[in-house]
Amino acid sequence: MNAVAEIAGIVLGGLAAGTVLFIVSVGLSVTMGLMGFVNLAHGAFAMFGGYIIVLTMNRAQYGFPAALALGFFGTAALSVVLERFLYRRLYRAGELDQVLFTIGLIFIFIAGTTIVVGSEAQSLQLPPSLSGQLNLGIVHYRTYSIFLIVIGFLIALGIWLTFERTRIGGQIRATVDNRRMAESLGINVDRLFTITFAFGSGMAAIGGGLGAEFLGLDPQYPLAYLVYFLIAVSVGGLGSVIGVYYAALILGVLNFVLTLYMPKGGTIFIYALTILILLARPRGLSGGKEQ
Amino acid sequence: MSKRMTAAFAALVISAGVAGAPGAASAQGVKIGLILPYTGPGAELSPQMDKAIDLYQKLNAAQIKPYKLTIIKRDSKAPNGVAAKIDTQELLTQEKVDVIAGYIYSPDAIASAPVVTAGKRLAVIMNAGTAFITNLSPLYVRTSFTLWQSSYVMGEEAAKYLHAKTAVVAYTDYPPGKDALNAFKYAFEHNGGKVIDAIPAGGPEATPDFTPFFQRAKNEHPDVLFVFVPAGDQATAVVKTYAALGMKAAGTKLIGTGDIVPDNMLQGMGDNAVGLITVHHYNADLDNPQNKAFVAAWKKAYGADSTPDFTSVGAWDGIAAIVHALHATKGKIDDGAAAVKSLEGWKFASPQGPIEIDPQTRDIVMNEYLDQVYKGSDGKLHEKVLATFHNVKDQCKALAIGPCAPKK
Amino acid sequence: MSVAASPADDAAAAAPIENPAARALMRRHRVHGWEALPWLAGIAFYFAFPDYLSFGCDLLVTILFALSLDLALGYAGIITLGHAAFFGAGAYAVGMLATYNIWTEPITGLLLAALVAGVIGFLSGMVLLRTRGLTLLMLTLCTMALLEQAANMAAAYTGGFDGLPSLPIGPVFGVFAFNPLYADTQYLFALSVLFVCFVFMRTLVYSAFGQSLTGIRENILRMHAIGSPVRRRVLICYTISAAMAGVAGGLWAQTNAYVNLSALGLDRAATVLIVLILGGYGRLYGAFIGAVVYLALEHFLAQIYPTAWQLGLGILLVFIALFARGGILGLAEALWRRYSGKLSRRLRAERAAP
Repeated sequence: MNAVAEIAGIVLGGLAAGTVLFIVSVGLSVTMGLMGFVNLAHGAFAMFGGYIIVLTMNRAQYGFPAALALGFFGTAALSVVLERFLYRRLYRAGELDQVLFTIGLIFIFIAGTTIVVGSEAQSLQLPPSLSGQLNLGIVHYRTYSIFLIVIGFLIALGIWLTFERTRIGGQIRATVDNRRMAESLGINVDRLFTITFAFGSGMAAIGGGLGAEFLGLDPQYPLAYLVYFLIAVSVGGLGSVIGVYYAALILGVLNFVLTLYMPKGGTIFIYALTILILLARPRGLSGGKEQ
Repeated sequence: MSKRMTAAFAALVISAGVAGAPGAASAQGVKIGLILPYTGPGAELSPQMDKAIDLYQKLNAAQIKPYKLTIIKRDSKAPNGVAAKIDTQELLTQEKVDVIAGYIYSPDAIASAPVVTAGKRLAVIMNAGTAFITNLSPLYVRTSFTLWQSSYVMGEEAAKYLHAKTAVVAYTDYPPGKDALNAFKYAFEHNGGKVIDAIPAGGPEATPDFTPFFQRAKNEHPDVLFVFVPAGDQATAVVKTYAALGMKAAGTKLIGTGDIVPDNMLQGMGDNAVGLITVHHYNADLDNPQNKAFVAAWKKAYGADSTPDFTSVGAWDGIAAIVHALHATKGKIDDGAAAVKSLEGWKFASPQGPIEIDPQTRDIVMNEYLDQVYKGSDGKLHEKVLATFHNVKDQCKALAIGPCAPKK
Repeated sequence: MSVAASPADDAAAAAPIENPAARALMRRHRVHGWEALPWLAGIAFYFAFPDYLSFGCDLLVTILFALSLDLALGYAGIITLGHAAFFGAGAYAVGMLATYNIWTEPITGLLLAALVAGVIGFLSGMVLLRTRGLTLLMLTLCTMALLEQAANMAAAYTGGFDGLPSLPIGPVFGVFAFNPLYADTQYLFALSVLFVCFVFMRTLVYSAFGQSLTGIRENILRMHAIGSPVRRRVLICYTISAAMAGVAGGLWAQTNAYVNLSALGLDRAATVLIVLILGGYGRLYGAFIGAVVYLALEHFLAQIYPTAWQLGLGILLVFIALFARGGILGLAEALWRRYSGKLSRRLRAERAAP
């Protein structure tokens, strides 16, 4: 009984951590896979959305679902504006110019947030239905973790179905595989990118809001967790939703187990794991497109 | 031509001399260089200190006279030490400040120590908590705390007050965290307890997921889980994770330094925080006249939702120390050695209770309070004092442990 | 795009002789008069701003670090986000030897720093350089993070987050002691080290070895095809670059008499990458321009507006990325080419007229 509870705790805790990573990173993976755009500012969208969600809940007394929706659409709208006016100019530029641009954007977001909201950390107040513990029959576990795992699974399933079953999903897959071919077949790659970019940023916003319970939220967010997003994307494979999902969950659970039993190792495991996986499979778990 | 120039120059010198003479109406300006991380991972702490410094000047204008304080702010950025060191150097050589103050992160104060010594100006540490810093320069005076003060008392009280036999320690993996661990362990084990596990839980710059660390602690069934994390968003995550894992029901009490229930984050923790027992040198509910006035003035100036915390008090006491040194040296505070001397043994009625600067170590001696969080009739969270420990010194230096021992 | 193309264009346009490409290549080696300017400016800074010498040291160290990155990134095309691994290795080599009073002499200290960083660069390069793109970026980043964690775990020896304070650094040549308040000796020492490293690097990139590196960056397949030992050359280049980053790190530890974990941090690695891209990579002087612009802006904006100076810096980066491909030097080059192109066209037209 006790061993079951312990294993269940590990699996659930690891999956919950991995799910947050997945929700934030999935948009980054798709946009990088589609356009090869190195968007280091992805975390800034997660922060922007997270602030919308937390502030509307704390200051305007919105409900959790309403705040999440507002965060998603608010961030998606902002990202469309930025994509149209700024990102678009750099699609044909080298990746280093893109790095320069997106780091600059991060600085602007950090300073902007500090000026507008202040540098204090914001905390998310969960609705009572999501706090506390849930009885799963064999084990009691943190309600919010289970909520996250379910939500993450639904999101992954939804995106997967969109990719596999819809026209736009097919277009995205075709473009990730071979962009020139897709363009010559008459797929409007620019429009496709705007849509996926907006969607990916919106997902990042949801991730920022949902993850605020674990990770907190302050103006440093885009830089503090950037490495983790990049790890999820590179281990998962560019442009692969399922790859990122698996990568995030595997990293989440493995890291959880290792930190649980060997806490002295600190964050060494996540980096060591990434190095080993990438040396064995340089294109990531999904073995997608070479960048 | 040149004669006229000389005359003009002489007139200038004379008028400058008159303006600077003591009899003149204008106040003597005193420049204070304030070094805080306004950007980077520590940025969330700086506004609390800035506000306290502004408030002190506003409320104590009479005490400051006849001097006029000018605060020159510099950003120490990411805690790499060198940015703060360059700030210190430029404040001393370019701005010719009379006093240096600030330092939130310990590396900033540690890296700046040789410059402070060479600059021969008083430097008041308002937050940095690594115990041995004051050994690094004879011009450092600290008005904040060391982790040894709160954690040591918590270690004693975990055994005496809570009757705990076993403890697990989870700490942020950087020097203040290790100080907290060592102090707690020393005191707890000297009072009959046993630390059965010490878990380094992530670094100071990003909030880790505390679930695996706490799950490990939960599996070990200790009587208490002693946690140190830097005050800020990590504290909220600690309290929430503890509550969500159902550790209280499993029989493990969460205790810590006051860093896990910082006053300005307390309301954001919700009912999860109720009942937590911590030891710290300050909480906003302390019942003494200085604190009542301080908190009331703070809320009046910055809004009812804003609350001062221990970092604010560190800054408040720091400015008070500078003002004292200013009067004691009759305005010659730029003589660093004299300014330091005037502060040795200095006593002050602070919002945190009576404090004193230890003449031997130039470190603060203060009260520590055993606090418990409760929900007041106003529906908000407050802290009540269960016990007061008077005149607590930094035990690291008192016991001469590790780097705190004076260098041979 | 590359520095190799522009003088060739100029030469072809201005002087139509039998073999313009050969002539352009020969001209590249020549030391131009204007190349003395940065060094004169460096010396002038010493006399003009004695109160800013700590900042000046930081600037010189950053230039050297960016130069070392330029060798890997700008010349061999190795995109790395983990270059602070070598900076930190050098800094800790100097710092730990000094703090335990094993070795405090600064010049040999830097050589030791280069050695330690070079060995780490060689070993990690052997494993990592088989990959490219994002994978390589992540591998270098994670290697650096591993080193940082290792240094944190060995905090009893490395000082960890709080660092090793008040390092005893010996006087240069046994005579010139470092000055804690006015960093005059440190500044001149750093300037000299930078000069030596620069001359070495300039010679290297204009050598046959350097040419083959540029070839690898521009077209790796063709270099393979002509039988160039690509992998070995890239590894050697990476090792030299790492050693130079180690010198920069050692210099940083010496001039500040301090070293802590931040020497190995992502913050440092990302900043130097930004500095180099901002100035213009693959151009030798990009490191100078980038470091001066970035650090000076950061320094003085932070004095004016301590809480939100990053806004100004962010806007600059976005602006340069959008409107100046190849960084500030790229922008300058484009403007120069436009101007000189017009000039030479006019000259040609005048010559053709009668």
